[in-house]
Amino acid sequence: MTDLLWLIPLLPLVSFTVLFITGGRLPKIWVAALGVGSIGVSALMVGVILAQWNSVPVTQTLFSWINVGGFNPKISFYLDGLSLTMLSVITGVGFLIHVYSSLFMEDEADCSRFFAYMNLFVSAMLVLVLADNLLLLYLGWEGVGLCSYLLVGFWYDDPANGLAARKAFVVTRIGDTAMALGLFLLFLHLGTLDIQPMLAEAQVVWPDGGTLATIAALLLLGGAVGKSAQLPLQTWLPDAMAGPTPVSALIHAATMVTAGVYLIARTHELFLLSDVAMMTVAMVGLLTSLVAAFSALNQTDIKRILAYSTISQIGYMFLALGVGAFASAIFHLMTHAFFKALLFLAAGAVVYSLHHEHNIFKMGGLRKKLPVAFWSFIIGGAALAALPPTSGFFSKDAILLAAYEVDPWLWAGGLLGALLTAIYSFRLVFTVFFGEVNTEPSEPAGRRMSIPLMVLGFLALVGGAIHVPVDQVFPVPTEVEHDSLIAIITPLVPLLGVLIAYLIFLRRSVDLSSVLDSTVGKAVRQFFFSHWAMDWLYHYVFVVPYTFIARINRNDIVDMVYEGVANLSTILHYCVSFTQTGQLRWYVATMGLGLILILAIALGVL
Amino acid sequence: MSIPMEHGLLLAGILFCIGLTGVIVRRNIIFILMSIEVMLNACGLAFITVGARWGAADGQIMFMLILTIAAAEVAVGLGLLLQVHRRFHSIDIDQASSLRG
Repeated sequence: MTDLLWLIPLLPLVSFTVLFITGGRLPKIWVAALGVGSIGVSALMVGVILAQWNSVPVTQTLFSWINVGGFNPKISFYLDGLSLTMLSVITGVGFLIHVYSSLFMEDEADCSRFFAYMNLFVSAMLVLVLADNLLLLYLGWEGVGLCSYLLVGFWYDDPANGLAARKAFVVTRIGDTAMALGLFLLFLHLGTLDIQPMLAEAQVVWPDGGTLATIAALLLLGGAVGKSAQLPLQTWLPDAMAGPTPVSALIHAATMVTAGVYLIARTHELFLLSDVAMMTVAMVGLLTSLVAAFSALNQTDIKRILAYSTISQIGYMFLALGVGAFASAIFHLMTHAFFKALLFLAAGAVVYSLHHEHNIFKMGGLRKKLPVAFWSFIIGGAALAALPPTSGFFSKDAILLAAYEVDPWLWAGGLLGALLTAIYSFRLVFTVFFGEVNTEPSEPAGRRMSIPLMVLGFLALVGGAIHVPVDQVFPVPTEVEHDSLIAIITPLVPLLGVLIAYLIFLRRSVDLSSVLDSTVGKAVRQFFFSHWAMDWLYHYVFVVPYTFIARINRNDIVDMVYEGVANLSTILHYCVSFTQTGQLRWYVATMGLGLILILAIALGVL
Repeated sequence: MSIPMEHGLLLAGILFCIGLTGVIVRRNIIFILMSIEVMLNACGLAFITVGARWGAADGQIMFMLILTIAAAEVAVGLGLLLQVHRRFHSIDIDQASSLRG
């Protein structure tokens, strides 16, 4: 079956090509069948590979891509436990989201364009995780970025959506540039971009780390930070919620934003060479998870809450990577894909039934009206808050315990984040599904939307029992007997968070309004609501100076040199054409004068 | 009695300058053509003189060549003259200045 590995990314690409060329002339039922079917077949093939998996990495070289002076990247796929896990998540969750979209986007006039972009995205993402060399990985990396741009701006009639798409594209581009520089550096010093030989070479060339290894790792981290929406490049993700909800579920929760985690896990040998890089990864992850959790507490838009929670959860994955618990990071990546896709799709179902109402305070009491969405939110929220025995509990618990081994402060920070996560996720659940009915929902969503929710709900519930097949990929962590106190406190903190949320938002037995509505309280809430005023900061630190310089340079200073050359030629042209009088006698006279001059010079008179 | 070479060359130079002046000064195409003939023959005279000085036949052969070219040139020149006259209704060379830059 692994012989047919190349078909897995190719099928969605073929489907994209067909949908793109026909450009909406196909009947809608065909569009849905093609869009969902291609991912379905890929998912099926991944399932077969998974069933036959014997932990032996497979390399499949298709053809030589470029061959210039020793630089010879190939179109070549590499399948090991890590890429297989990613494949399963992308095709499995991707398939469920496609099924869901076939109903969610049914009334959309541009249904065909939507499925074309979604298929292209899945194809690019599969190339990213299957790539055998960093250049092919970079191709997939840029491909998913492009699809993210196209899908965030899917409803391009509203300029705000276009702006959000542009912001997502430009901000991630900053990270991508850092990553490209990292690739140049790696090729310059290690002589190859093929991942496995390159990592082996890195351990030979930089045996004890050093500055270059740190710089290379940090540049790769720059790319990961941009794509995975981590500090300081995380501002694009909340705005990216302008896209359709299935897009948010697939791209901005389950797959694309975890590409950074994959990249670091894939090149973990390089990161292990540098303690500085590892510590930076952990700090970036921890800070991001806390910053985003504080912001999530104050949002009112259902999708923005989930977006901030995504940033925060990816922060946990970075924390796990930074403390060397790579398997836990990938485990959390998988469970997060399950429960966050579930939450987004359930949010989509709520929004769908409430005629595109996004404000959670205009919802309420939907428990009875939308039972499927309600139970999805209960399971998803519990998994997000890491309540036992959901999948999120197992993965986050492993991360926090691993963090404790490296530094108790990392553990404490992560625990604070876990508390906040529990509070904001159950604030969302209690506000939307309990209390009084504020907006009367229409019919609940149909079966094509509820079945993926049930499957994802099941996975989010029992996903903790799945063993991620990455034992051969990562160094095996040493078994440590955890302090029993630590092992007890860690799972209890989320429960405390749920209790706090219950008391504040459901029972209302704790009245915080006097604190929250004071001048200081309002200012603090506004500060967190605006995501620590980062958009404001970036606007004045980067955007305004940039546009200022652009305005000064409107006439392009560099161009002036070239315009000068052009002007000089024009003047010379007029000088020469002035001598072309058309008068034969004038020509003869000047020829004669010229001849005399030349003779005079030749004879040495002049 | 032989003529000194300097005299021959001086005469040729004077004739060439007279012809060149004619070409520059005259506006009538017929006179320009005639002035060109004078210049050509001045060249021919120079060849003959130098050929006689070195006692070589090359100068006379060159003169034959110039003679032939002059005949061909007159034929072409007169043809052009007719065309100019037909187009501009004049044989003033200054009228034919449409190639002005």
